[in-house]
Amino acid sequence: MSNKLYKMKEERKKRMTQLAIWTWTWVATLALATFGPEFIWAADSPLTIVSIVLNFLNGALMIWANRNLYNHYDELERKIHLESMALTLGVAVIVGLTYSLLDQKNIIQSDAEIGVLVGIIGITYGVAMGINTKRYS
Amino acid sequence: MNNRVKELRKEKGYTQEDLAEIIGVSRQTVNAIEKQKFDPSLNTAFKMAKLFELPIESIFLSED
Repeated sequence: MSNKLYKMKEERKKRMTQLAIWTWTWVATLALATFGPEFIWAADSPLTIVSIVLNFLNGALMIWANRNLYNHYDELERKIHLESMALTLGVAVIVGLTYSLLDQKNIIQSDAEIGVLVGIIGITYGVAMGINTKRYS
Repeated sequence: MNNRVKELRKEKGYTQEDLAEIIGVSRQTVNAIEKQKFDPSLNTAFKMAKLFELPIESIFLSED
């Protein structure tokens, strides 16, 4: 493997590691902000707002790391991700609003949960990535 | 868009990985270009033209 290719692969690995670190710490701070007031400290403690702010800042770093990785993609990888993101955005808006309407009109028994929408977004993006990667291979 | 990338690459004795490295894209991108599933950017097309010492229109052929 030549030096240039090795450097490119190392740079990609570095950016993916950064994204993985900020994603996992975001999940961890989200769990802390969710369950901390319930199990670790009193709900009215200032620690609650501190944990929420910490999670928000961690999320901003996760977005930065994702953008950093995206900027390292080549033109085909960008196209694949962009097409997948476009489809995911469409699905999120349509499914999200339909789900919200179903809740407002009491057609579904339970309250609409944002977690359901996040799950749909994740699944849609994953499936779209798989299909698009296959299409261009 | 049709192209002669595979033919020209083989003439030069490059693998897909070699060509990918020279023009600064992934091997998967070279593969997609050769299979005509993906049209490269103008920048990549110019890099190929320079590498193969041919005008762009000799490498990428319009379907019209």
